[in-house]
Amino acid sequence: MSLLAVERLNKAFGGVVAAHDVSFAVERGEMLALIGPNGAGKSTVFNMIGGQLPPDRGAVLLEDKAITLASPQERFRQGIGRTFQIAQAFHSMTVCENVQMALISHHRESRAIWTEARQHHRRDALDLLSQVGMAEAADRSCSVLAYGDVKRVELAIALAGEPKLLLMDEPTAGMAFRERAALMDLTHSIARTRRIGILFTEHDMDVVFGHASRILVLLRGEIIAAGSPAEIRENAQVRQAYLGNAPALTGAP
Amino acid sequence: MDLSFVAIQALNGLASASSLFITACGLTLVFGVTRIVNFAHGSLYMVGAFTAATLVPWMLELWFGPVSFWLGIVISALIVGLLGVVIEVLLLRRIYGAPELFQLLATFGIVLVLQDLVVQIFGPQDILGPRAPGLRAPVEILGRRFPSYELVLIAAGPAVLAAVWFVLRKTRFGTLIRAATQDREMVAALGVNQALLFTGTLFLGAFLAGLGGALQIPRVAANTGMDLSIIAECFVVTVVGGMGSVPGAFLAALIIGQLQAFGILIFPKSTLVVVFLLMAVVLAIRPYGFFGRPEILGGTHAVGIASRKPMARGTLLATIGIVLLACLPLIGDPYLLKVATEILVFALFAFSLQLLIGVGGLVSFGHAAFFGLGAYGSALTVKWLGAPMEAAFPAGLLLAALGAALIGAFVVRLSGIYLAMMTLAAAQILYAIAFQWVEVTGGDNGIVGVWPSNWVAGRSAYYLLTLALTVITVLFLKKIIESPFGYALRAARDSEPRAEAIGIAVRQQRWLAFILAGAGAGIAGSLYAFSRGSVDPSLLGIPTSVDALTMLLLGGIQTIAGPLAGSAVLHILRDQIMPLTSLWRLFLGLSIIGMVLVFPRGLVGTIRQWGEDRA
Amino acid sequence: MTPLLDIQGLSASYGRAQVLFDISLQLHPGEVVALIGRNGAGKTTTLKAILGLVIARAERLAFKGQSIAGLPTYRIARLGLGYVAEDRRIFTDLTVEENLEVGRQAQRAGRSPWSRERLFGLFPNLAEMRGRRGSQMSGGEQQMLAIARTLMGNPDAILLDEPSEGIAPVIVQAMAEVIRAMKAEGVAVLLSEQNWAFAAAIGDRACVIERGTIRFAGPMADFLADEALRAETLGV
Repeated sequence: MSLLAVERLNKAFGGVVAAHDVSFAVERGEMLALIGPNGAGKSTVFNMIGGQLPPDRGAVLLEDKAITLASPQERFRQGIGRTFQIAQAFHSMTVCENVQMALISHHRESRAIWTEARQHHRRDALDLLSQVGMAEAADRSCSVLAYGDVKRVELAIALAGEPKLLLMDEPTAGMAFRERAALMDLTHSIARTRRIGILFTEHDMDVVFGHASRILVLLRGEIIAAGSPAEIRENAQVRQAYLGNAPALTGAP
Repeated sequence: MDLSFVAIQALNGLASASSLFITACGLTLVFGVTRIVNFAHGSLYMVGAFTAATLVPWMLELWFGPVSFWLGIVISALIVGLLGVVIEVLLLRRIYGAPELFQLLATFGIVLVLQDLVVQIFGPQDILGPRAPGLRAPVEILGRRFPSYELVLIAAGPAVLAAVWFVLRKTRFGTLIRAATQDREMVAALGVNQALLFTGTLFLGAFLAGLGGALQIPRVAANTGMDLSIIAECFVVTVVGGMGSVPGAFLAALIIGQLQAFGILIFPKSTLVVVFLLMAVVLAIRPYGFFGRPEILGGTHAVGIASRKPMARGTLLATIGIVLLACLPLIGDPYLLKVATEILVFALFAFSLQLLIGVGGLVSFGHAAFFGLGAYGSALTVKWLGAPMEAAFPAGLLLAALGAALIGAFVVRLSGIYLAMMTLAAAQILYAIAFQWVEVTGGDNGIVGVWPSNWVAGRSAYYLLTLALTVITVLFLKKIIESPFGYALRAARDSEPRAEAIGIAVRQQRWLAFILAGAGAGIAGSLYAFSRGSVDPSLLGIPTSVDALTMLLLGGIQTIAGPLAGSAVLHILRDQIMPLTSLWRLFLGLSIIGMVLVFPRGLVGTIRQWGEDRA
Repeated sequence: MTPLLDIQGLSASYGRAQVLFDISLQLHPGEVVALIGRNGAGKTTTLKAILGLVIARAERLAFKGQSIAGLPTYRIARLGLGYVAEDRRIFTDLTVEENLEVGRQAQRAGRSPWSRERLFGLFPNLAEMRGRRGSQMSGGEQQMLAIARTLMGNPDAILLDEPSEGIAPVIVQAMAEVIRAMKAEGVAVLLSEQNWAFAAAIGDRACVIERGTIRFAGPMADFLADEALRAETLGV
C-alpha cells in the first residue's frame, strides 16, 4: 500500500488541459520531486492533492482511502500537511503562537473560549520549533522574521499536525542560496526519521537533483518521465523538453 | 391577473431596471479601474437629480422645448461628472492603496459632506422636476395607459449600455481602462498616465450617476434621502452582476427590475426582501456574481489586533477605570449620566464590531442590523407581549443573535469588499422592513414606551446597569479574543489558505463570530432602547453602522481599548459641534476623511506607535 | 560615450529585509547587457527599482542623462525606457491588437522604426492571431506579445526580465533572434537571466548578481572564461 496514490487525474480550464491522466504514488519516507516548465500543470496537480481544486476525473487516495473531494481541513485531519509557494504564516502572532495555533487545531480545540490560547501546547510548540532551529525566535513576532525563517516556521506548523504526507510547493522559492540547502537538508532528515512522504515542486535544479529520491517530470499536463535523479538526468526526452535547453540553444561552453 | 396588467408591470420593471443600470454601471466602472467602492456614488446621483430639477425648469423658461429639457439633463450630468473629478483629485487619489475599510469610510465621509452641501445649495425641500416636453401624454398599451416618458427610460438603459460598450471596446481610453482593470502597474510601465486615466474614469462614473439621477426628475422628486436608498440598490446590482462587470450590472438590473415589479404582488410591503432572496441565491451559487472574478477584490485588508505582551498593570488600570466609572453617579449631574450611558452603550456596540473587524478581518458594514435587532427585539417584546425589561433583554439578544446567524450564514462565504457590501445591504433590508411593516414595528414612528423596570428606572441606577452589562460583555469578548477560538479567527484573517491547511473550519469559525458579535451588538441595542424609551428605524440605518466603524477607527482597530476611547471622543465631538452649527454632517464627514488620511491607526494605535517609536 | 542608462549605488528593501546593496551598472546605446543570477538574487528587483515600481535609493539613477529617481513610472516609460515583466503580464481580456494599442505611446510615435505592421513582420505568429485574447495564448506567444507590446512604445532601451523562463526551447531560440533584431535596430537591452548560456548567446556584457550585490561586471567573454565565478554564483 502506497502512502499516497494519484490515479488518472484530469483537469481542464476552458479548453486548456492542465492535467491529463496523471498517475503516480508517494511512498513513506521518500522525497518525490514534481518538476516541469512553467505552465506544465505542477500547481494544478499540487492543488488537486491539497484540496484547493477538484479534479474533473480521477482519484486521490491516502493509504487506500479516497480523499479526492475532501476539503483542505479534512485532508489535514487525514494526515496531509503542506507549505506554500509564498510562505503563509500568521503574521500577527508570535512564532510560538503560530505553532501553538496548529497544535490547537490538531487537538480540535479551536472552538474553546474559556482558556487562553497562549497557554495551549506551548511546550510541544517549542519542541517543534527547536527541530526546525527556530526555538530562539519563539517569542518574536512572525512579521519581523527573515523570509527563510518564515519558511522554517511554516515547516514547524505543517509538522504540528503529525502529517503522514507533506506537500511542499516550491519550498525554497525566494530563499537565499545557502538557506536553500539547509532547509532541504532539514526536510530530508525529518522525512527519514518520521517516515513522512514528501511531495515537492521546485524550480531550482540543484535542490531537485540534490535532495529528491525520485523525480516526476510533467510537461503539458502529462507525466513524461519518472525515475531516480540519475535516470532523469540521462533521459533524452526530458533533456530535450526541459533540462537541456540551454546548451542545445547555442553550443556555448 | 390579465395579460395587459402583466405587460404593464413588466414595462415598469424595465423602466426601473434602466434607471438602476445607468447609475450602477458608473459604480461598477469606477470599481473596476480604481478598486474603490465609491460610497458617494449615490450622493452623486442625488446631486444629479437636484441639479437637473433646478436647472431644467430654468432652461425651459428660456426656451420651451424638448431640446432644452434634454440639454438640461445632459448638462446636469456633466456637472456631476466634474464633481467626480474633484473628488478623485482631492481624495480618492490619496487612498488607492489604503485598506478597503478606510476607503469605504472615506467615501462615506463624502456622503455626509454632500448631504449638507445639497441642503445648503438647493434647500431642504423636495424638488419635483418638470415633465418632458413632447412626452406628457401617456401612450396606450393593450388598453392601459402607460407614461411615454417611461418608454424613453426603457430605451435609455440599452442606449447607455451600447455607448459604454463602444467607449470600452472601440476607443483608446476604453482599451486603457480595461487594461488598467487587470494590471495597473503594467499599464504605468507602458507609459500610460494612470492619474489621468483614473480621473477620466471617475468623470465617466460620476457622469453616469448624475445622468441616472437627472433622468428621475419627472418621476421622483429630488430629495435628501435618495442617496442612501439608491446606493444600497446599486451595491446589490454590482455584486449580483459581478464587481467591475458592465454587462453583469445590466443583467442584474434587468432581473432586479422585474423582481421588484412583480415582487410587489407577493410582498407588497418590502420588495427588497425579494431582491435579498435573489442575491442570496446568486451568491450561494456564484460567490463573485454573474461575471465577477475572484482576483478582482478591493484594497488590502486592514491590519487588526496582533499579539503583544500583556500591558504591565493592565488589570489594575482597568479596575481603577471601572471603579471611577462606577463613582460617576456621585457627581449627580443627570445630563452627564445620560451622555455617559450613551457612550457606554456605543462603546459596547463598537467593541462587538471589533471581534469581526479587528480579530476576524471581516469588514462588516451593516453592524447596525444587530444593534437594531436587539433594540427592536426588546421593544417588540414589551409592546406585544407586555413583558418586563428582564424578559425583554434576553429577547433582544436572541433576535440579534438569530439575525446574525442568518445574515452571517451566507456572508461568510464572501470576502473583502463583497462582504462589506452584503452586510450593508442586509442591514438596509432590515431597515426597510422596520420602516414599511407599520402594523408591527410602528413604521417611521417606531415603538414608544419602552421603559426599564422600577428598580433601574432612575438615571443613576440605569447607568450602573449599563456599566455592569457593558463591562461583563466587554470582558467576555476580550476573553474570547484571547481564547483559541479568537486565535483561530485571527489565523483565518492572517492567512486563509494556511488556516485551512491546518484544519481550521474557517467559515464555521466566522459564522460563530458573527453570532457572538451580533449578540454583543444586540445587548447594546437593548440597553439603548430602554435608555431612550423608544426605538425607530434609524437604529438600523447606514449612519448607525458608520458610527460604529468611525468609533472603531477613531480608537484604532489594532487595540482592544480603542473602541471605548473612540466612542467617548465621537460623542464629545458631536455634543460640542452639533449645537454650534447646522453643518455638523459636513464637519463629521470632513473629520472622518481627515482621520482616514492622518490617523490611519486610530487614536490609541497612534499613541501606542509613538510610545513604541520612543522605546 | 555617455551611458544611456546609468545606475550607481542602488539599494532597495522589502519591509525590513534589504534585497539590493549598492548596485551599479551602465547600459550603452545599442548594447545588450545580461544581468545574470540565480532565483532570488535580486535581478527582478533591480529592474523594478529602475522603473520606480519598488521604492529604492540610489546615488545616481539616470536615463539619457536625465535623473529618473523618484519619477512616476509612466514618465520614465515615456522617456523611452521599456519594460517586459518576468511573468509577461499580458492583458488577458484584451486581444493581441488591443494589447499592442496599450503599448503605443502617441508622444513617441514615428520616432523609431516600430509600427504595428513591422512588429507583425517580426512576430508572424502574432499577425495570425490579431483578434485572439491574451488568455488563449501559450506562454511563448504571450512572451512575444509582451515584447511587441513594449516595442510599440518605440523605446530606446528595454528592460527584459527573464525572457527564457518557462518557455519551450524552440521559442527560446526565437527569442534570441528577436533580441538580436532589436539590437540591430539600435535598441539597448538590459536582460535579466538565470539561464547563463542563453545570456551568453546574446549578451555583449555580463553583470553577475548574487544576494543583491554585483559580483562581476565585464565583457561576456571574461564571464565565460571564469569558471570559478560561475560555479560559485550560479552553481554550474
